[in-house]
Amino acid sequence: MLDYAVPFLICFPFLISVFLLLSGKNKAIGNAFARIGAVVILITSVAFFAAQGINRSFETASLFTDTEIADYVILGGEILLVVVVVFLCFKYKKYWISLLSVIPTVAIIYVEETAAKEEMAHIFLDKLAMIMILLVGVIGSLIILYAVGYMEGYHEHHKEVQDRRNYFLALLFMFMGAMFGFVTCASLVWLIFFWECTSVCSFLLIGYTRSDEAVNNSFRALWMNLLGGVALVGGVIFFYYLYGGSNGGSLSCRQFVTLTSQIITGAPQYAGIALFPVFLIAFAALTKSAQMPFSTWLLGAMVAPTPSSTLLHSATMVKAGIYILIRLAPLMSGSIVGSFISFIGGFTFLAASFMAISQSDAKKVLAMSTISNLGLMVACAGIGTPETVWACVFLMLFHAVSKSLLFQLVGAVENSLHSRDVEDFHGLLYMMPKQAMFMFIGITGMFLAPFGMLISKWSALKGMVDAKNALIVLFIVFGSAVTSLYWSKWMGKLIAHPHKTKEVKDVTEGGEKFSFWIHALIMVLLCAGLPAVSAYYVEPMLASTDLMSVAEPAISGSTLYILVGILMLVFIIPLVLYFSEKNNGSTKKLAYMGGINTGKNDGFVDYMGEEKGLYISNYYFEKMLGIDKLMVPSQIISSAALIIIFCLLGGFVIGGLL
Amino acid sequence: MYKITRSPWVMHYDGSSCNGCDIEVLACLTPVYDAERFGIVNTGDPMQADILLITGGINTQNAPVVKQLYEQMSDPKVVVAVGVCACTGGVFKECYNILGGADQVIPVDVYVPGCAARPQAIIDGIVKGIGIFQERLNKMESGEDEKSSQEEKDSSEEKEEAGKEE
Amino acid sequence: MSDMTIKIIIAVCYVLLAPLIGGLLDGIGRKISARMQRRVGPPILQPFYDFGKLLHKDPIHVAPSQDFMMLSYLFFIILTGGMMFLGMDLLMCMFILSTAVMFLYFTAVVTGSHYTNIGATRELLQMVAYEPCVLLTCVAFYVVSSSFNTADIISKDISPIAYMPGVFIAFVFILTIKMRKSPFDISTSHHPNQEIVKGITSELGAKNLAVYTLAEWYETVFLMGMVALFILNKNLWSILAAVIVVFLVYFLEILIDNSSARMKSDLMIKLSWGVTLALAGTNFLVLIYMFN
Repeated sequence: MLDYAVPFLICFPFLISVFLLLSGKNKAIGNAFARIGAVVILITSVAFFAAQGINRSFETASLFTDTEIADYVILGGEILLVVVVVFLCFKYKKYWISLLSVIPTVAIIYVEETAAKEEMAHIFLDKLAMIMILLVGVIGSLIILYAVGYMEGYHEHHKEVQDRRNYFLALLFMFMGAMFGFVTCASLVWLIFFWECTSVCSFLLIGYTRSDEAVNNSFRALWMNLLGGVALVGGVIFFYYLYGGSNGGSLSCRQFVTLTSQIITGAPQYAGIALFPVFLIAFAALTKSAQMPFSTWLLGAMVAPTPSSTLLHSATMVKAGIYILIRLAPLMSGSIVGSFISFIGGFTFLAASFMAISQSDAKKVLAMSTISNLGLMVACAGIGTPETVWACVFLMLFHAVSKSLLFQLVGAVENSLHSRDVEDFHGLLYMMPKQAMFMFIGITGMFLAPFGMLISKWSALKGMVDAKNALIVLFIVFGSAVTSLYWSKWMGKLIAHPHKTKEVKDVTEGGEKFSFWIHALIMVLLCAGLPAVSAYYVEPMLASTDLMSVAEPAISGSTLYILVGILMLVFIIPLVLYFSEKNNGSTKKLAYMGGINTGKNDGFVDYMGEEKGLYISNYYFEKMLGIDKLMVPSQIISSAALIIIFCLLGGFVIGGLL
Repeated sequence: MYKITRSPWVMHYDGSSCNGCDIEVLACLTPVYDAERFGIVNTGDPMQADILLITGGINTQNAPVVKQLYEQMSDPKVVVAVGVCACTGGVFKECYNILGGADQVIPVDVYVPGCAARPQAIIDGIVKGIGIFQERLNKMESGEDEKSSQEEKDSSEEKEEAGKEE
Repeated sequence: MSDMTIKIIIAVCYVLLAPLIGGLLDGIGRKISARMQRRVGPPILQPFYDFGKLLHKDPIHVAPSQDFMMLSYLFFIILTGGMMFLGMDLLMCMFILSTAVMFLYFTAVVTGSHYTNIGATRELLQMVAYEPCVLLTCVAFYVVSSSFNTADIISKDISPIAYMPGVFIAFVFILTIKMRKSPFDISTSHHPNQEIVKGITSELGAKNLAVYTLAEWYETVFLMGMVALFILNKNLWSILAAVIVVFLVYFLEILIDNSSARMKSDLMIKLSWGVTLALAGTNFLVLIYMFN
């Protein structure tokens, strides 16, 4: 019974999305479907996680060996995806992009059909898969609940965009279904299908508004992700011909890891060849996780309505790349692929942090910070020691929750304020107190004590020093200094006294508020429960043979308890002080402006005796750190790194084959 | 009673002065007079100042500014008018825009005459001001109503002529 | 149990003594500065007189939330130092320190005054300038003593400075920024030198300023403790050496303060990052190679 939860989680969202597509323009039915679907997924994923924990104590399980019908469905799905992509490419005259979809699909179908049919499990559940299910299920369905309310305000505010909200919600559901499939499937063919599925869904989501900008950005996202797909298919096919047939290899994810690690440890002279598919798949993960030089698609994704960016940035899409990298971490650990991947991750962390400084558009800041944090996770996974993978998992969890919260808030505030410029958030605390408080918590979660990002960063730094990776340490050290600059600039804006008190009509709906509360709650719980989560879940996960072969804990429990204890003070002390200082009898004075205030703090009398308003703005250093200044050089550097590693491994392969 | 006399922080405000007195105020901080040995610090911030040092007369434009700066200072506070212009308006008294000395807008505690006032006199004036400062603190600490002390101060108009000549 | 008692004693001593030492260092600094300028200068206890006066003045604020945020700032600065002197994790100390700085930043921006806002932004730039070096210092300590805990760092046979001279020089360099001494006193300055009024502290008066002063003393002691970490080892005599080095470094900071003019913020970042990369970075690379 429990086993059927996985197919349910995969199929149910697709089913809901079909219903949504069929319900056409009917708002009421669409919203009802979406709400029910989201709640069902939320409950199912949580219940499944709990049941799995109670019944099997998260033991690794391989399920569904005989899946002939499902295989045909997947095959049909693959062809459908190609048809959609080709149709849209021809419609918008981007012919060459369709090749990126046609070629790999044809290749993988050919390989699959010619390959000897073997018995293998198609669904594979271990602790990593389970936590991904929980993450996607909870955050994803909260985002959909939020989206239902958001789209109401969005279409009120953007009259020029055609109202196709049911289609939009359908895409969100499809996305979730694909993600569930992606994190649970054990067959490489299925993996490729779900991978392409997320690529196409994101492409359609980004193009939702059908404006010129949206179309361009969506095709950029499409070709970059499809390129990743090509690399993935290439890696899989290469792997298959390396070990396939007589060597006992099959198109199974676990075999990929075990066989490759056998070669790396058993026959080091062939490690270069065995690492080539690893590199190709890691390359695919880089495109998905929007690492340099492929970061621009995630920036372009901002044109879509906020829920889609939320979904892309927090729980799904970009985390798919991280998920794959965590799976590959044992193979990359200590190898040349690992060092290059971690280099690109570390470099992205630094470069994206710099670019985030120059942005005042809240969504762009969030996007840059997503890219930079993903860089940190990629660097951690690339190094691949238990410590860094521990950090990577926690970074992923905390980042998903904080980012999801922040994106939703920016969207909600934008609907009410009609602006998402951080400068316009000046004094948000006095205009929309609740949203400002949540935003404050969300940002705190991204870089400050007491939230887990900080502990993760701490252990990442520790792990990287242990791995003797000096370059990455330098990247992180400089990058985290820069990170705090752009976040604190933003936080300062929220609490600053408003220039002028203007009445803001808060159009945030109940579903959205519910989502905020849940997110904040999860953040606080995760923070307080970090040692427990680490000891009872993440440590055993790392110790399990599938990921790492070490038994000793990466981060000792006592250290964690102390750290979390101290960090909780950060929460409590200001709160206590806030209430104790509330009525301390201090005299209120005007702010100092050379004695020329107009009696308030938001204006002054100029030398002609006229009253002028005071406007305070942040520094952005656009001339130095603008995206247009830094993006191209960063792309060149990271592309160079990719080309070097590609040539190196290619040399190994050619040498080995000769 | 807390002795507060050792750290008078001074904020210097230049009204419509000819800058003669200002030069002398700054001279107080130079090695020759070294006002810092009494703990005197020249701060630019009314929130942190104890003594408001005014040079030059008050004109129509700076009157509200002086008032605001005085209000921004934390209690207890003392005002020292430096130079004859700040005391009475001086040679500019009859100008169309001059209201008169600093006492036209805020209560002045110590008058330091001179054109320009000498550094010794200025330091002496500040030290006199410290005495008043201490008195006010004592009154404040013993819980006397601030308003009444304010009125008392205005009515008594204790005009201390500091540093007439050494 | 006895271990616990010792820790409690250390903690109490730190909380009580650190402000005394910090205030005295401040007073000595002002005296030395005055002598360098051929003045008599204030008494050495002057910082305490100032502190007492500030506490006795009528408390003021511009925005009510300033009060609690200033106290939080003080609390986290104390916590930072406390963690270090109790032998705990150095890197975590630094993270808490940056949280503390964040509270100072909030205190400034919440008022809506342009002087404090500029000061606050510069404070952030200062943080960007010194943070890499500070983190790198922690990491270098970790490489040398394979632990982030200060208790382990000071119980080695050889002083860490033997392995990390470059890091030490870079750390002393950014110490000037952290202690807000000229030429890097750009977010706020000590009294005789003013720019943008008092920068980030412009809107602090009376009690809030007293809290700020107290936090600064704790911070001075913490930073000097960091300097001492470079020198301390198993040998008890190293304590004497550490005290001497601390005084030398402190004197050096005063000398730099008195002999240089304020710098622009972008130049500060370039310089400090350059020094960090050139000295601490290369030193770190060598360390990684040495301890591999």
